Amino acid sequence: MAKNETTGILAQETAELLKEIILKHNGYGRRDAIMAVLNDVQAKLGYLPYEAQRYIAVEMDIPLAEIFGIVTFYSGFSLNPVGKYKIAVCMGTACYVKDAHKILAKIEQKCGIKAGETSEDGLFTIVATRCIGACGLAPVITINENVYGKLHLEDVDKVLEKYK
Amino acid sequence: MKTIADLQAIRDKIKTRILMRKEHGYKHEGPASETHFRSHVMVCAGTGCVAGSSEFIISKFNEEVAKHGLQDDIMVVRTGCFGLCALGPIVIVYPEGVFYSMVTVDDVPEIVTEHLKNGNIVKRLIYAETLCKDEHILPLDEVGFYKKQMRLALRNCGLIDPECIDEYIANDGYVALEKCLTEKKPSDVIDIVKASGLRGRGGAGFPTGLKWEFAAKSQSDDGQKFVACNADEGDPGAFMDRSVLEGDPHVIIESMAIAAYAIGGNHGYVYVRAEYPIALNRLQKAIDDARAYGLLGKNILGTGFDFDMEIRPGAGAFVCGEETALIRSIEGNRGEPRPRPPFPAVKGIFGKPTVLNNVETYANIPQIILNGAEWFQGIGTEKSKGTKVFAVGGKINNVGLVEVPMGITLREVIYEIGGGIPKGKEFKAAQTGGPSGGCIPAQHLDAGIDFESLTALGSMMGSGGLIVMDEDNCMVDIAKFFLEFTVDESCGKCPPCRIGTKRMYEILERITEGKGEKDDIEKLEALAKSIQTSALCALGQTAPNPVLSTIKYFRDEYEAHVCDKKCPAGACQAMAKYGITAEKCKGCTLCVKACPVGAITGERKAVHVLDAEKCIKCGACVPACPFKAIYK
Ligand SMILES: Cc1cc2nc3c(=O)[nH]c(=O)nc-3n(C[C@H](O)[C@H](O)[C@H](O)COP(=O)(O)O)c2cc1C
Ligand code: FES
Repeated sequence: MAKNETTGILAQETAELLKEIILKHNGYGRRDAIMAVLNDVQAKLGYLPYEAQRYIAVEMDIPLAEIFGIVTFYSGFSLNPVGKYKIAVCMGTACYVKDAHKILAKIEQKCGIKAGETSEDGLFTIVATRCIGACGLAPVITINENVYGKLHLEDVDKVLEKYK
Repeated sequence: MKTIADLQAIRDKIKTRILMRKEHGYKHEGPASETHFRSHVMVCAGTGCVAGSSEFIISKFNEEVAKHGLQDDIMVVRTGCFGLCALGPIVIVYPEGVFYSMVTVDDVPEIVTEHLKNGNIVKRLIYAETLCKDEHILPLDEVGFYKKQMRLALRNCGLIDPECIDEYIANDGYVALEKCLTEKKPSDVIDIVKASGLRGRGGAGFPTGLKWEFAAKSQSDDGQKFVACNADEGDPGAFMDRSVLEGDPHVIIESMAIAAYAIGGNHGYVYVRAEYPIALNRLQKAIDDARAYGLLGKNILGTGFDFDMEIRPGAGAFVCGEETALIRSIEGNRGEPRPRPPFPAVKGIFGKPTVLNNVETYANIPQIILNGAEWFQGIGTEKSKGTKVFAVGGKINNVGLVEVPMGITLREVIYEIGGGIPKGKEFKAAQTGGPSGGCIPAQHLDAGIDFESLTALGSMMGSGGLIVMDEDNCMVDIAKFFLEFTVDESCGKCPPCRIGTKRMYEILERITEGKGEKDDIEKLEALAKSIQTSALCALGQTAPNPVLSTIKYFRDEYEAHVCDKKCPAGACQAMAKYGITAEKCKGCTLCVKACPVGAITGERKAVHVLDAEKCIKCGACVPACPFKAIYK
């Protein structure tokens, strides 16, 4: 992400990326494209930095306060950068009745952080998510793109080992 | 752009391909050709199986098939969910209809060489239920899991390649749209849907035809009207809608076009959870393909009807499944609900009349148009027509997706289709309706499932999540789980929901921690009643249901927590205290090894010690001890 963030200027290439995303969703003059735009920006940058929000606000002609309101309303949007590895522990019903909370407790203990936090070295972020639709594999966790299903407490060490 | 004749030509050309998969024992006359292959290898690429690496299985199949020079004879098809997710990744080979379960990448060469090349079925991989004693293969619809199912909304899931518009067209795809545009007036379409008795599958069960009629009759200042599809699927533990989008995206496009024609609209939105990347991609591809064929856009099939649609991704807010919140979100705002009326059919997206239906509701429409209202009327119960898709999960053997006629009993779903409870445990309750629903205990297993019966039992149909719980699950804990969900997802606009559910959660929390107070149960009931009657939207109004239904059927369990400070199921961790009985401990170190967090220490032949600080109360040590020295 942009180095110049503290000075309030978006790096040139980030600005271009944002413009491209807005264009892709036909977002100039169309407010209803905002969700699609924010989703794409979040996917590309990993989070929604203040400067990016401001840039989008100006380009799409939506008050910044409203964009901020949207970003903070939806749990899928994040104001903070996430770790290199995002560990998502499914806490959907099917996983919960199969003791997902114990898996979460163990992962929290292993990484020394709680759900919603990022480790100091920037390596791990733990999130407790809702059903990811792989209930057949409950309990399920994902680490970035990789899915680990039918997980036993004993397996947690082995899985985390791969990401050290 | 395609004409009606072009579509028919596509159907004629690849009809046999679909027949081969549909009809057990189908024999094709004539050689393999560009559109016809000797064998089809169907690999499930629903989310569950993809998590089990089915994408790698597909590439391996392609690689092996090419290696043996069989690419002109064998077609490898990426398809939607077969339903039996517990056995995934699943591969089905036609024309034999051989069902391979739990396939790994390493199994692929054997299937290609043995089965596809030499014609010998690989028995060790076959789903045991499909193999008869005399070694012949049972057709899938005679197997326990499928026998009582009736796949209407899921008819194409697992049958066609969802990314191939031609295969959808070949299985009667876009015929219903053709029929509506060329033979029926908009009011005829509405009449058929009304007469069919179809009710919304998104939870509330509102008659779909009536909704369409309201929107058709509503005036719009500039003539604009919208159709929208609710694919937000917020119920945690439900994945029916996602499976339809992943396995049969074109049915949504066709249906929304029909709805738009019926109400006089020209633009559609599909609101999909951003957490469903595969569904989003397949739906986008389907929209692009339909546009290329002229099935979306201007002057569809040369009939003068215009319709186009767009996807709007959500961003993780459960309340956006509620229709007024969803509309706010589509417009590009915080997804906060507003009081109704006016209903969306009168004032919806951008203030224009809007029809909003659930994915599964739409998935039924083309079939109703093609087969007629009477046919649909003949399925289901008096007031609930047709089928319902359930995502069956939790403590059940055949975890997966099932579609059953309304009126089937819970017992049939859980024991016949679902294959019963694993490890010989006792059934305790089935949860339907997600955070808005309730738990149904064993004494009501024989109730027929429909909108009315579930509501009468204190639960509700909801969108179709069905979670089975056994003796090890604590009902107070489950109620707390759902309340935690609502507290987290309450949008905060109205106080009864924002504050009331939080207070309920706090009471449940202290009950499960063994700190329950004498009149807590009564307090819960009183709070529940006032939230039900005063919350702004259905999220708040239904939030107390999980608590009320568990109190209704499992009051003794609540009382055990409050009065005796005990959790009868042994699930509430805060009440459990693990320790080692020194006299019984023989120092075998098995529990030391079993403990996942290193809370137990001890040398061989010395009494072990359990550090209560480190213990996460997972209970892993209890079965590990051969001397029953660990107490709880
Ligand atoms: C809190 C809440 C969440 C809802 N979530 C969903 C959902 O995920 N999917 C859905 O189709 N309907 C959901 N609904 C129901 C919708 O408001 C609406 O009734 C439905 O989409 C209408 O479509 P139908 O008539 O085809 O069922 C939800 C309702 C509430 C109150
Ligand atoms: S509840 Fe965890 S994947 Fe569905």
